[in-house]
Amino acid sequence: MKSLWRFLPVGVFVLLAVFLYLGLGRDAEHIDSPLLEKPLPVFALPDLSDPDRLRTQEDFKGAATLLNVWATWCISCRVEHPFLVRIAREQGVRIVGLNYKDDGTAATTWLQERGDPYAFTIVDADGRLGLDLGVYGAPETYLLDAHGVIRYKHVGVIDERVWVDILQPQWKRWQSPGGQP
Amino acid sequence: MMRSLLLCLVLLAMPSWAVVETRRFSSDLERQRFESLAAELRCPKCQNQNLLDSDAPIARDLRDVLHEQLQDGRTDGEIMQFMTDRYGEFVRYRPDWHGPALLIWVLPALLLLLAVWVAWRQIRRASASSEEDAA
Repeated sequence: MKSLWRFLPVGVFVLLAVFLYLGLGRDAEHIDSPLLEKPLPVFALPDLSDPDRLRTQEDFKGAATLLNVWATWCISCRVEHPFLVRIAREQGVRIVGLNYKDDGTAATTWLQERGDPYAFTIVDADGRLGLDLGVYGAPETYLLDAHGVIRYKHVGVIDERVWVDILQPQWKRWQSPGGQP
Repeated sequence: MMRSLLLCLVLLAMPSWAVVETRRFSSDLERQRFESLAAELRCPKCQNQNLLDSDAPIARDLRDVLHEQLQDGRTDGEIMQFMTDRYGEFVRYRPDWHGPALLIWVLPALLLLLAVWVAWRQIRRASASSEEDAA
């Protein structure tokens, strides 16, 4: 028993080393969203192409959807946009845009010039829905299942690697109306 | 003269904060609550700054929300809840006493107790053996 005590410092060292090692691999930028597994917040906001039409959380029911938060002032969104256009066209992914704290005219021009991957675009001019969603920097993308429940959140640009490795498997998983296949 | 003027300027610059904004508060108490809440909330974007320090757009938005909610007469608890419901326990510099955060509060005290206990044992053993030597 007495000799076991001698190994205490080694034990402490190993424990510390394990924690530090895990800390190294962690992405400090990644914050788990408290909204995961919760339904989309209640909202009623105008549609970009038809401001008289109000979009609500009900518009997300029926199919798995990516809710992509973007703005024309967001530089990374420029990088991401062509890829969104591609997966919407080639793979039929349903993407809804959330135009976050942006200028409506600039947003419309952007979609005309670069192509429109969105089933529809919600105008969140004062960032209220963004706040309720816990958005802290565009681009951000939420994956919603067919019941409008938030299943995954990705912060940052979606590119080929992110799509194939992370989002596509999740999207396939939540696509069937029953939830998990 | 020039030197003392410079000194005055330097001294005057001291209380300037990183972020300068003009906000209206109905009372000094409200201002104090605003500042203490903003200091306790962490900016989700620029992670080692609080809302008071940060100049990130999201920090500015959250300060606006905080100000608005204070004016609406919400309590500190309600405001904290509002923030954590959206941005997670992460945004609090002082997390609640429950869940995994409990470990943060309890572990240092436990480790201190352990250290005291180990030291006490060592000292007792050392003094016991020195008494044996003397005898």
